[in-house]
Amino acid sequence: MKAKIATTWLDGCSGCHMSFLDIDERLLAIADRIELVYSPLVDNKVFPDYVDVTIVEGAVASVDDLAKIKKIRKHTKYLIALGDCAINANVPSMRNPIPVQEIINRAYVENAFIHDVMPKHPALPELLARVMPIHEVVPVDVFIPGCPPSNDTIFYAVAELLDGRIPDLTSKTRFGA
Amino acid sequence: MTANGQIKIFTLKIDGKDVSARSDQTVLQVCRENEYFIPTLCHLEGLSNIGACRLCMVEVAGQRKLLPACTTMVSEGMEVTTTNDKLAHYRKMTLELIFSERNHTCSVCVSNNHCELQYLSQKLGINHIRVPYRFPKFAVDASHPYFILDHNRCILCTRCVRVCDEIEGAHVWDVSGRGIQAKVITELNQPWGSADTCTQCGKCVNVCPVGALSEKGRSVAENTKRSGFLPYLTARRKEKI
Repeated sequence: MKAKIATTWLDGCSGCHMSFLDIDERLLAIADRIELVYSPLVDNKVFPDYVDVTIVEGAVASVDDLAKIKKIRKHTKYLIALGDCAINANVPSMRNPIPVQEIINRAYVENAFIHDVMPKHPALPELLARVMPIHEVVPVDVFIPGCPPSNDTIFYAVAELLDGRIPDLTSKTRFGA
Repeated sequence: MTANGQIKIFTLKIDGKDVSARSDQTVLQVCRENEYFIPTLCHLEGLSNIGACRLCMVEVAGQRKLLPACTTMVSEGMEVTTTNDKLAHYRKMTLELIFSERNHTCSVCVSNNHCELQYLSQKLGINHIRVPYRFPKFAVDASHPYFILDHNRCILCTRCVRVCDEIEGAHVWDVSGRGIQAKVITELNQPWGSADTCTQCGKCVNVCPVGALSEKGRSVAENTKRSGFLPYLTARRKEKI
């Protein structure tokens, strides 16, 4: 049976997904062993009921991220935190020492040349007071640090999981790598 | 050393193996001489030892507490354990607490890929920090013409304080505040650029194990630290060469 794989991004830059795609032709080698059931790379808009491995990039920064990661955890067997944002909140967390309203005001009013109003719309998810790593919200099974982790590292981790092993990535990557 | 200043030779056991050591050596020195790995951050060859970072903790038979290898002198018949599950647990926890205390954003740090904290985190197998990050608000002092002080990256190892006092003899640096409020300061908490006592020698920058002190105008790849000069300086001064 094919392993059901999902990927998603929260507050990140999509760089980890780019690194994932840099696995290149090796993706073909594992293509017949996996089914990509949910991802920015496929069209499915609803997270499936059961996923074997979900790879999550980005930190938890908004109420939307918070709801997403809780739902993902509920329906995922192995949750992988991919990249520094997912693991230590990285660049998104640099706003943490400053109150949210001050940040938004700075971006949309103080530094705005035109249309300087605070953004407010039901479709805009509210920012959390503090950007958090994923494991502060839900349990994480595998951590792949790096900004971004190299394609070799990601490929190794996915291949190990497909072979039923929890990958040991200590020698392969680190924070900021 | 004996009362008349004579150095004796001791025999001690490190991880069950007999080694010999001079009586004026620390456990850390002897372990490193014999190629046992002990992580350190505040220790630097050529500076005094203060046992602040707690990474070099070892077990000594007959001692209830763990002892810092850098400030523990060897003794005859001493039995030292450098590696076991308990020590690994404490060392990891210590490093994780250091990470959680300030804003160590490796990916955008000036010391990325040549940082002792980053290196040790990988070496000790840390892939996430189990305690919540504090995300404190800290300023950056860029008032000095050549150097930058970024408190966000500081681990309070006080190498800068010691090298400036012990080697350069200027004592520009100090630590103000206590506990979580502690931070390194120049002169009496004045901007570094206005510190008249600073000789601009750059020793503090070169001994800093992380990105707290860096040189202006250099890229991340160029901002490597060179601390190899220290043991020579110390040795030469002792011999008055």
